[in-house]
Amino acid sequence: MNLTPSTDATMPQTLAQKLIARAAGKKHVAVGDLVTCKVDLAMFHDSSGPRRLKPMLDELGAKIWDPSKVVLVMDHYVPAQDADAKRIVQIARDTAKEWKLPNVIDSEGICHVVLPERGHLHPGMMCVGGDSHSPTGGAFATYMFGIGATEMLGVVVTGEIWVQVPKTLRMLWSGRLHQGVCAKDMMLHMIGRFGMNGGQYQAVEFAGDAVMALGMQERMTLSNMSAELGAQVGLIAADDVTSAYLQSVGVKQKDLQYAIDWYGDQDAESEDFHFDASNLSPQVAAPHSPANTKPVVDFTNIPFDVAYIGACTGAKLEDLRAAAHVLRGQKIAKGIRLMVAPASARDQAQAEREGVMQILRDAGAQVLANSCGACAGYGATFEDNATIISSTARNFKGRMGPASVQVYLASPWTVAASALRGRISDVRELL
Amino acid sequence: MTTLKSCVWKLGADIDTDALAPGAYMKHGIDVIAQHCLEAVRSDFANKVRPGDVLVAGPNFGIGSSREQAAGVLVYLGIKAVVAPSFSGLFFRNAFNLGLLLLTCAKAEQIKEAEVVTILPNAIERADGELLPCQPIPDFLMNMVQAGGLMNVLKLRSQGKLNA
Repeated sequence: MNLTPSTDATMPQTLAQKLIARAAGKKHVAVGDLVTCKVDLAMFHDSSGPRRLKPMLDELGAKIWDPSKVVLVMDHYVPAQDADAKRIVQIARDTAKEWKLPNVIDSEGICHVVLPERGHLHPGMMCVGGDSHSPTGGAFATYMFGIGATEMLGVVVTGEIWVQVPKTLRMLWSGRLHQGVCAKDMMLHMIGRFGMNGGQYQAVEFAGDAVMALGMQERMTLSNMSAELGAQVGLIAADDVTSAYLQSVGVKQKDLQYAIDWYGDQDAESEDFHFDASNLSPQVAAPHSPANTKPVVDFTNIPFDVAYIGACTGAKLEDLRAAAHVLRGQKIAKGIRLMVAPASARDQAQAEREGVMQILRDAGAQVLANSCGACAGYGATFEDNATIISSTARNFKGRMGPASVQVYLASPWTVAASALRGRISDVRELL
Repeated sequence: MTTLKSCVWKLGADIDTDALAPGAYMKHGIDVIAQHCLEAVRSDFANKVRPGDVLVAGPNFGIGSSREQAAGVLVYLGIKAVVAPSFSGLFFRNAFNLGLLLLTCAKAEQIKEAEVVTILPNAIERADGELLPCQPIPDFLMNMVQAGGLMNVLKLRSQGKLNA
């Protein structure tokens, strides 16, 4: 795969334009152009994948264009809670064999986290995912976005996808985050400001020294919740942090040769928004929309039943470490539950080695499987009238249980601090 | 395109994919999910909606998940079109891939509950004859709606009846 960006000094291009141009086999593209792109990687899971794709593929009498470019992840219906879930997971396993898929990650974590963790994403790639949080891949300077099952059928039959070249909305963060304030707070703040469709299905690019100071998993949280901003993609230029992460997960040097060349030209046209990270306080989104975000002080002392640390958004290794930092040597408040569903088996294993999991268990956490769990609402959900504070991405009415369930969204720092006090709390008071 | 008159179901802003296709029913087929379509916001909808009806909503229709069942249930229930000032981009792609027409209409919210309207290719004709303009839709997406979705387009292509 040739992952060299084309450069043309006379036509400055945004990162989004460069990524699309490469995939479309062009030197440059203009905002608004409708182009057909070659897909370098297609990811789907047990819910969006085989159970939907196989009947359609069979009906067409077609084959997967290139099984080596497909990654199947079982994460939504695992561990199976009932006969229907068991059937759906079995279809995925049987189909993986029939299609001879070389890349299958079964019950080892959530797709958006295991994909980079297994070295599948390289800067410069054009990727699609059968899941709305697919923009997570943008943290690795890939043009990755979510599509539905029928469109995925089109991709696996043709190896191509259409894209309308988006404008770029640059979110420029300067300054330094306070301890206990993190990428999740940055995203909730932006979603509160711009709304859930503020991204207008354009390209959002996160930049500035406060963004480039973040580790890869925190960057992934930014890109991940680009979905809640309504952007098609949430891109971050590749740098030495990106390269170091990819090397650490076994990506070969030859595949990283042009990695740090994936950035937008300074004089490319974009709409810019400026933020000061040093002024940001912990953020909380009230039920039933991530756009209902305000600083935590507006919500302190609200009681709840369950503190939930889970999902691709909020239970990666860096999120687990944050929670453990707050909970070390302490117990959660009486009368509430703390549930932790680490986003991947590898992240959990590393958290075990570091003593992070033991701190969480000692504090009273119930540790759940490495899967989407209650966030997707497909299996176990919360009971009637429960109030939850959660490190996940969405708090829509009826998503994590009956319509009466009230979900507040916050960072893992804030969820852990709130679990200690039994009420929504400002983590900065505990650090 | 036929120009039959359609009865309007009026919805608010930010109708999300969990409202259209609730997660708890996602393990079932489209027939079961459809019975629960919009139950969190309009409990009578799935029972009373008639084929040929249209949905008129506020901004940001279809935000949330990539689950195309959110568009699939509307096709299953016979919804002729969804009219709103703006849509989630992901939902927009899914709807056309399933053959569901979405019309982006800045003045959608002027249309009233139960009003009888006519869906034209680039406009909506209100009961009193007023025309509300809609954003033009690229030809290849209009063709997809007319073919009944991407699946049918791929079938036609594999039979050599349609150029790629």
